[in-house]
Amino acid sequence: MTDVAEPTTSAAEVVKSGNGRPAPRKKPVRPARIGLHLFLIVLGVLWLVPLVVSLYVSFRPFSETQAKGFLSMPDSFNLDNYDSALDQGDFIDKYWNTALILVPSLILTLFLASMIAFVASRYSWRFNVFFLVLFTAGNLLPPQIMVAPLFQAFRRIPLPDFMSNSGNLNGSNWAIILLHVGFQMGFCTFVLSNYMKLLPKELNEAAVVDGASLWTVYSKVVMPLTRPALAALATLEFAWIYNDFFWAVIFEQRGDDRPITSALANLGGQFVTDTNVVAAASIFVIIPVMIVYFALQKHFIAGLTLGSTKG
Amino acid sequence: MTATPSSTEEAVGADRADTAASTKKVGRLGGHGISQFTGTDRRVFLAMLLIPLTVHVLIVWVPTILSIGLSLTKWNGIGLDTIEWVGVENYDQIILGAFQTDFFQAVLNNVWLLLFLFFGPTLLGMFLAYLLDKNLRGSRIYQSVFYTPVVLSLAVVGFIWQNIMYDQQYGLATWAFGGGEAVDWLGNQEFVIEFGGYGLSKNFIAILAAMAWRHTGYIMVLYLAGLKSVDVSLKESASLDGCNEWQTFRHVLFPTLKPINVIVVVITVIEALRAFDIVYVLNTPRNTELLSILTTDNLIGEGADNIGRGSAYATVLFALCIGFVLWYVTNHYRNQESSV
Repeated sequence: MTDVAEPTTSAAEVVKSGNGRPAPRKKPVRPARIGLHLFLIVLGVLWLVPLVVSLYVSFRPFSETQAKGFLSMPDSFNLDNYDSALDQGDFIDKYWNTALILVPSLILTLFLASMIAFVASRYSWRFNVFFLVLFTAGNLLPPQIMVAPLFQAFRRIPLPDFMSNSGNLNGSNWAIILLHVGFQMGFCTFVLSNYMKLLPKELNEAAVVDGASLWTVYSKVVMPLTRPALAALATLEFAWIYNDFFWAVIFEQRGDDRPITSALANLGGQFVTDTNVVAAASIFVIIPVMIVYFALQKHFIAGLTLGSTKG
Repeated sequence: MTATPSSTEEAVGADRADTAASTKKVGRLGGHGISQFTGTDRRVFLAMLLIPLTVHVLIVWVPTILSIGLSLTKWNGIGLDTIEWVGVENYDQIILGAFQTDFFQAVLNNVWLLLFLFFGPTLLGMFLAYLLDKNLRGSRIYQSVFYTPVVLSLAVVGFIWQNIMYDQQYGLATWAFGGGEAVDWLGNQEFVIEFGGYGLSKNFIAILAAMAWRHTGYIMVLYLAGLKSVDVSLKESASLDGCNEWQTFRHVLFPTLKPINVIVVVITVIEALRAFDIVYVLNTPRNTELLSILTTDNLIGEGADNIGRGSAYATVLFALCIGFVLWYVTNHYRNQESSV
């Protein structure tokens, strides 16, 4: 085949590379393809540089990279920076605290969102679209808009000592959970209602004919069929809640109380002199979300595109 | 991969419905209002509606309205009885008075961010999606690579770039572009573009680059999903008709991607308005202010002497997004109504 992509050539090419069908193994290699790969490889390598170099630097002593630069060959290669980061950053505690916020937030968000998505998308009544609009719009607003009244209100809501170090809702994990649930519910309702709407209407009718209650229709008929959307949302929400920085920075003034991502705000100050420990600390923060991403990549991508391809 | 339930699920669902329907009498569905339910169902319906609604409205909408109210007051946040009604004084201060510089620079930075996200990461993301849709060998690996930064928090992105890329002595940006000298990437507030005391500062550009690293993959994934759902015969017939690649993209593919384009516009505008983490965590000097940063600076911490002023910034932020948000959301549900 020639270098010049004649119309017929590219037509054949397009047919071959059809939707998801595996391309035939022996495809003639054209210079254009090679150029394309070169471009993607160069860009891809550049793309990974911040992460890969961060990882590389985290295994090397500060004094060495100070003398020779980040990209030099290593003389020593060990976990010392991770030890220091663990010592100074208390990451085990922070992981635990993150889990205490993440798990309840995730479960409550999906549970509440699925309920309102169910009643608003499966039953037709006068205001159902209004509620969906309200939820979706609420999710799109920047959280900074409502932070002042929330902060002032939470300060004035007392909590018993075993629930909060500060004696009120402010500064406790409960506040963060409540904020995540209230906020993330908007996006989940949006996605779930889109999804539930596409399930055949006859499902409800049939269940009702069988004498099923509203709750049974929800929990036994609609929810099991919504599982793919729930899995995708759970993965995505895991990352979003894990990655949250804003709420915990504002509402948990004591650095020790914070989950891991927002603990970065105080780590910066502590480690400022030692880039390599900072690199190790960053790796600690990104490990859980990376594991989830690589293990559940499909759900992850599905979650992102769920809200968008139907719209 | 896509939003629609797969055909197998639908088939299974329909199947179940068939068997169930054949067993008993005719049902009642599609009634209007709460009246279609009785007894326990009625209470369950109300609970399923009202519990989530209460949480959402109390956390999102009530505080939003209170913020707008507070923007017309002066308050130090200590006693509720010290709230003092001052009318538009806060707005007067931020738009015309002592805080004018902060305010307009922040608005301008939000605008830079928006323009940059559109012309940088969005176009690059779209281009990458187009390339990766060609079923290249290793396409999945490329996808994973470009997508990886998206799963990181912007705070972590800021942290990593500050240390690995922007370290004054050893950072890779310094190594590549510094010409052997130290460069203060995040501290240099000099304007590159300037008009009347406002502009685009060098340290803000450094922050934009870090944000692009994360935003590109996000856009790429959205367009990839869109391109995958385009009918192959469409692309095929376009090239048979003698369209070149650009013409095919411009006149055949791009118009069919309209729903994705709308989503991308929404995501980009919202991201540009709510960006916060990276600027906060880098704690850069002046000229990197954003509206979101000003809002919180005035609510907690040292400068927090007037919650009214912070709320005025918050209200401006609200005014900038609400019209856009409502336009998008109502359109979305209207289209859905008509398509179902």
